[in-house]
Amino acid sequence: MTADKVLDAKGLACPMPIVKTRKEMKDMDSGQVLEIQATDKGASADLTAWAKSGGHELLEQQIDGDVLKFWIKKG
Amino acid sequence: MSVKATTAAQVARKVMDNEPLFILDVRNGDAFADWKIEGGNIQYLNIPYFDLLDGVEEVIDQLPKDRDILVVCAKEGSSIMVADMLADEGVETAYLSGGMKAWSEHLEPVKVGDLKDGGELYQFVRIGKGCLSYMAISGGEAAVIDATRMTDVFLNFAQEKGAAIKHVFDSHLHADHISGGRQIAQATGATYYLPPADAEEVVFDYTPLEGGFEAAFGSSKVEALYSPGHTIGSTSFIINDQYLMTGDILFIDSIGRPDLAGLAEDWVGDLRESLYSRYQALANELVVLPAHFMIMDELNEDGSVAKKLGDLFNENHGLNIEDEQEFRDMVTKNLPPQPNAYEDIRKTNMGKMTPEDEMQREMEIGPNRCAVR
Repeated sequence: MTADKVLDAKGLACPMPIVKTRKEMKDMDSGQVLEIQATDKGASADLTAWAKSGGHELLEQQIDGDVLKFWIKKG
Repeated sequence: MSVKATTAAQVARKVMDNEPLFILDVRNGDAFADWKIEGGNIQYLNIPYFDLLDGVEEVIDQLPKDRDILVVCAKEGSSIMVADMLADEGVETAYLSGGMKAWSEHLEPVKVGDLKDGGELYQFVRIGKGCLSYMAISGGEAAVIDATRMTDVFLNFAQEKGAAIKHVFDSHLHADHISGGRQIAQATGATYYLPPADAEEVVFDYTPLEGGFEAAFGSSKVEALYSPGHTIGSTSFIINDQYLMTGDILFIDSIGRPDLAGLAEDWVGDLRESLYSRYQALANELVVLPAHFMIMDELNEDGSVAKKLGDLFNENHGLNIEDEQEFRDMVTKNLPPQPNAYEDIRKTNMGKMTPEDEMQREMEIGPNRCAVR
């Protein structure tokens, strides 16, 4: 999965992964894809819910060891 | 204005005293719908923190001015952020220290009563998750039943009471929470008992708990009564012919579910026999003390969860289904969702998995769901 930008949110606790994701997304264009890497387990449910409420599309998520990876397309 | 922390213990006290509270839960909607702080006098508002990042102005109108407001999230980080934002707008709130994780782990000791041959019985109410554990103390010795993994609470409590823990029992192999029984036994040199029929896959040493077994502590005694149905090994305990610990077989307002080891059809007959024959043969005066509660209505005014067996035979729907087929259908069909991570929790309780503390917390998130109503 390719991304236009990668956000490293590893080691950050809630709410920071979402706060940073939101900030990155603001600077991106509709249709672009942001890859987010996080280690906070709550990020999975929260990013899914956040993307839905913000009109973005969660394209994929993977687990790579301790790291959760998400690809979100800006709506 | 700085924001105040409220501890899980303080919230537990408010809930047990039925004090008014307003909870602003900033977790996502699914998490809130699945599991929240329950109480008879609590009002709720659920708005995910990520919908408040642009400002909290729209929430302020929805907050009451006449009751305390508690901001709650999963671990505390987001609730501090939201409470800070509200403070900037002049709204005073507190956040739940440690979030729902701390709520899930808080144990409130409640004295159930005295033992007739000398001694006391305590119930440890895990109010956020609905687990109930027990410590009976007599003559400087203690027996512990269905301890949760917050073992320090039990060890410290026994120490405060000047009691040496001699016997540690699990009524069955738990599927909804991680047992602290083995650790408590290791820390104190006590004997750890487990019903052998539940322990076939267990990889550590334990003392088999058979029906009819008796253990003495101080001037009191605990007897084991084999009562399968929730699991094939499920065992109840009778202390001094006064108290009946029913494990996950009988609750105050519901009965156990037979399906968490995947064998609902096989075990429903056992469950019926335990409830309708074995328990029927016992004295109505016994005080039933289950291993769980499901709803706050099951708590007595003092915060304990206890009721006489005779009253339950009159009031508990699950004990009053005469038709066997109807009973069978109730406990095998339309079952509620299974507890979070129940397979991994069973493996952990067998010693096959040894997850780190943080992982154990994650595995136990959510309600216990051991009952059918």
